[in-house]
Amino acid sequence: MSETTLDDAAMRRAEGSPLQSTGARRPRFGRDQRKLLIAAGFIAPALVMYAAFVLVPLGMSVFYSLLRWDGIGRWRFVGLRNYLIVLTDPDLLQVIGNAFNLILYFTLIPIALGLAVATVIRGHMAGPFGTITRTVLFLPQVIPLVAAGIAWSWMFASTGLVNQLLTALGLGPLARGWLGDFTFALPAVGMIGAWVLLGLCTMLLVTGIAKIDQSIYEAAELDGAGRWQELVYITIPALRQEIGVCVTVTVIAALASFDIVYIATAGGPGISTMVPGLEIYRLAFAHRQVGLASALAIVLMLLVLLCVLPIQWFARPKR
Amino acid sequence: MIETRSNALVARAMLIALMAVTLLPFLSMLSAALAPSGSYPAGLQWPSDPQWGNFVKAFEVANMTTLLWSSSLIVGGVVPVSVLIATMAGYGLSRIDKGRGKWLYLVFVLGLTLPFEAVITPLYYEVKALGILNTRVALILPLIGLFMPFSVYWMRAHFLNVPQEIGEAAEVDGASDWKQFWLIQVPIARPAIMSLSILLFLWTWNQFLLPVVLVQDPEQRTMAGALGAFQGQWGTDVPLLCAGALLILTPTVILFLIFQRQFVAALLQGSVKG
Repeated sequence: MSETTLDDAAMRRAEGSPLQSTGARRPRFGRDQRKLLIAAGFIAPALVMYAAFVLVPLGMSVFYSLLRWDGIGRWRFVGLRNYLIVLTDPDLLQVIGNAFNLILYFTLIPIALGLAVATVIRGHMAGPFGTITRTVLFLPQVIPLVAAGIAWSWMFASTGLVNQLLTALGLGPLARGWLGDFTFALPAVGMIGAWVLLGLCTMLLVTGIAKIDQSIYEAAELDGAGRWQELVYITIPALRQEIGVCVTVTVIAALASFDIVYIATAGGPGISTMVPGLEIYRLAFAHRQVGLASALAIVLMLLVLLCVLPIQWFARPKR
Repeated sequence: MIETRSNALVARAMLIALMAVTLLPFLSMLSAALAPSGSYPAGLQWPSDPQWGNFVKAFEVANMTTLLWSSSLIVGGVVPVSVLIATMAGYGLSRIDKGRGKWLYLVFVLGLTLPFEAVITPLYYEVKALGILNTRVALILPLIGLFMPFSVYWMRAHFLNVPQEIGEAAEVDGASDWKQFWLIQVPIARPAIMSLSILLFLWTWNQFLLPVVLVQDPEQRTMAGALGAFQGQWGTDVPLLCAGALLILTPTVILFLIFQRQFVAALLQGSVKG
């Protein structure tokens, strides 16, 4: 009974309604309670599925990460030792570093090129040309990443188009099997990601820039602002939200990459293109180190959060 | 005046360059797919004797009919259920937006940035314990759960924008909550539901990690998962591999070309909200 009274008080505070006589309170209290129950009924199915296949596995991941377990036999509780390995083992640190390295390509290239295109167009892409552009630039978003990986494995092969173009440009000596090269495999994988995300970022930024009031630019030009100043002082601040979206999407794509690397290099040569996502898979299912794999999984999840939350904060709409 | 016109030209040139970069890998695959099977073709050249038969062969060895059926079954299992329960939850959450229910929404949002790799190992053991490993259900159930954070977030955002009065008017008319949801809220939400369905269709069809881990048999997988197996088997035969990859990406591309406007809108909004 005392609990329901508290609830009632909380509800009242939330609604900011003034105190009323007990007589008037009773029926409304019943309605609020009913409203909550009905809402819970609507939410329940989604919550059950979410709990069963996300929250419970997540909890199990945390639990596994404290074990030494081969996935079949007995497990042994080892505390935080797996985390210590993830954060000190040079190979695993390189794997995490590779993921951050990929951000350079997945994030910077699409946003830089997208901004360049958007600032030149500075408006809607109308007409058939606009439709064709949108359709073509979105193609990489529609196909499976696996297909992108296969296409680019072939582009980067020793007899592939990249080398063919280099030779045609007289840069034949630079030609190589890009994905098998210790120095160039990671940048090559990064370029695949850049190719996939380029169209999405460009379209987001072009759509965003069309919303900026053109008179601001005209006023700035009258005041003698150059292209660069317009970009830094008008375009980028006005596109803060769109840029925030691009950065969020691409950073997550880089840190949690799996499909492209699995298909294009399988992490090789050596571990030069190994990323956390693929390493989790390899540790858990090939090496049967479930504990270590789970610790890496939790670290990966936290790294994504650590990167995304500040971006969201910077990009939040100004009030 | 002159400057704007030259700007438009520069913009057009840049876009054409971007489009060329986007299309080149597809053209390169096509030219390789038409080379004699088992040969090592050059990057991009129209083959003197195009081997269209490679596509027929890839269609047969990849078992495309079975794959299409399998992927359709998985999409059919994931998308309607996800959309339905997410719409319900989005509606429910929008009604308790203020006050005590708020934390429930945060629980869902928590999952928005979760990489699937973070839960794939326990999912494997969970699915195994449920006795559904190596079946399509092993993909359908976890995918519904994994799609909930975004779907619920998406639908709640829609329902928050629906004026309260609409629901209240129905309440005065004496419509039950369930009736009100189906007859008034769902029809208004149709555009949001449409976009969500498109996104979930794409994400299911192209899902790779789950099929690789949870389903051994390529014929029980999604298209993308099957393509991975195809590459493992025919990876050394470049023409056949390229033909297979092109075949496997064709269904979504055709759908995309037909519903181009809806897809673009969904993908743009989807990333803005997600």
